[in-house]
Amino acid sequence: MDFSIIADNWPLYMQGLGLTLQLVALSLVIGFCIALPLALMRQSSIKAVSWFAWGYIYFFRGTPLLVQLFIIYFGLGQWEWLKTTWAWDLFKEAYFCALLSFTLNTAAYSAEIIRGAIAATPHGEVEAAVAYGMSPFKRMFRIILPSAARRALHAYSNEIIFMLHGSSVAGIITLNDLTGVARLVNSRYYSPFEAFLTSGLIYLCVTFAIVAAVKALENRWHAHLRPRTA
Amino acid sequence: MSQATLEVTDLSKSFGNHRVLDKVSLTANKGDVISILGSSGSGKSTFLRCLNLLEMPNDGDVRVKGELIEMTRPDVRGERTPKNMRQVERIRSKLSMVFQGFNLWGHMTVLQNIIEAPVHVLGQSRAEATERAHALLQRVGLYERRDYYPAHLSGGQQQRAAIARALAMDPEVILFDEPTSALDPELVGEVLKVMRELAEEGRTMIVVTHEMSFARDVSSQVMFLHQGQIEELAPPSEFFTQPRSERVRQFLSTQY
Repeated sequence: MDFSIIADNWPLYMQGLGLTLQLVALSLVIGFCIALPLALMRQSSIKAVSWFAWGYIYFFRGTPLLVQLFIIYFGLGQWEWLKTTWAWDLFKEAYFCALLSFTLNTAAYSAEIIRGAIAATPHGEVEAAVAYGMSPFKRMFRIILPSAARRALHAYSNEIIFMLHGSSVAGIITLNDLTGVARLVNSRYYSPFEAFLTSGLIYLCVTFAIVAAVKALENRWHAHLRPRTA
Repeated sequence: MSQATLEVTDLSKSFGNHRVLDKVSLTANKGDVISILGSSGSGKSTFLRCLNLLEMPNDGDVRVKGELIEMTRPDVRGERTPKNMRQVERIRSKLSMVFQGFNLWGHMTVLQNIIEAPVHVLGQSRAEATERAHALLQRVGLYERRDYYPAHLSGGQQQRAAIARALAMDPEVILFDEPTSALDPELVGEVLKVMRELAEEGRTMIVVTHEMSFARDVSSQVMFLHQGQIEELAPPSEFFTQPRSERVRQFLSTQY
């Protein structure tokens, strides 16, 4: 074990961590914004709308993230006409491709989590909202979603962690995220143990931080589910 | 001439081929307490749920303070929908409902439950709604528990909180759907006590119930439903002592 390799490259690892966190945070936020309408579309009584959402969700849940990334990053470059459009400025960037595939992927998983949590809203609570004159919009945003968000929190924290770990595939398409940096260090020093153990431990620390943050939020949000103390 | 607070004319409701309500009419004036009795399956809860359109009646009119709830003409399956959901929402906000299963919003404290609809449906300010909620909580004896979540309260306390939620709307009519049926026997009394006080202060109430003593002592009218029709509609003094209907006599004989 050569600690000097880790020490010398520590700034590089921190840059990698920065890119990883940025990719994960952005894809989670944008993905969530897509997931919410998707989850609602899944419930829609209009067949075409609910089938579209169903198809989207099952495509992205049914295929590996790495394959989705390769299709977007390598696959789209095969279409010559795409290279003549403005869109190529985006798709030639590994960063954009990684962000896009992560976003589309997490949107599908999050939509399924949200849909399940909405479906589990106690029927009587929705009925009370109807009986007290709330419009469908108010029912959704005042009663159903706040109630569902609390139920979804635990499953969603898993999704955050999966996304953090899944983002390691970015290292494969030339990005210097935490895994990309580890690959770089390994190729320079031929010390896979030091290189990957370091990135692994950093992932572990971030995971713990996420778990702790969710726990703190659960303490606030789940007061209504805990047995009352005092 | 003063207008009836609630006027129901020839209300009918079917689920598929099963006719649950058949031309039921009822008028409630201000301060009336109308108890609806009947064996299970007689359509009494469905009748109540048609008044605020939790169920859509297939035929008949509902008027609140003279305002008719406008419905479309029946479609091929005989179903009607409201012409204007805004109108229905506005009328619903004047008809508070108290449910058998309380149906408090689980993620909100008692206080939040009570101010939710006044703030977000009626547009009251939070401060105003909170002040009123405090007074209502004093009335139903839950002021000390205002920051509790529903799951941390007994059934009786939850139902009293639900009654406070209903009162916070300052409704024209309060609809009670078997408010004590889900309660342990020793908790029924505390809820009935609150309901008696409301009746005494002149609230207009329509109460689907199995509590004979409440129906006898508190109501101004008792309506007995049998197979979706009004079998008897009379003041309690007549209803309990000299019912005209054989079916009602049978029903009462099994109660005592």
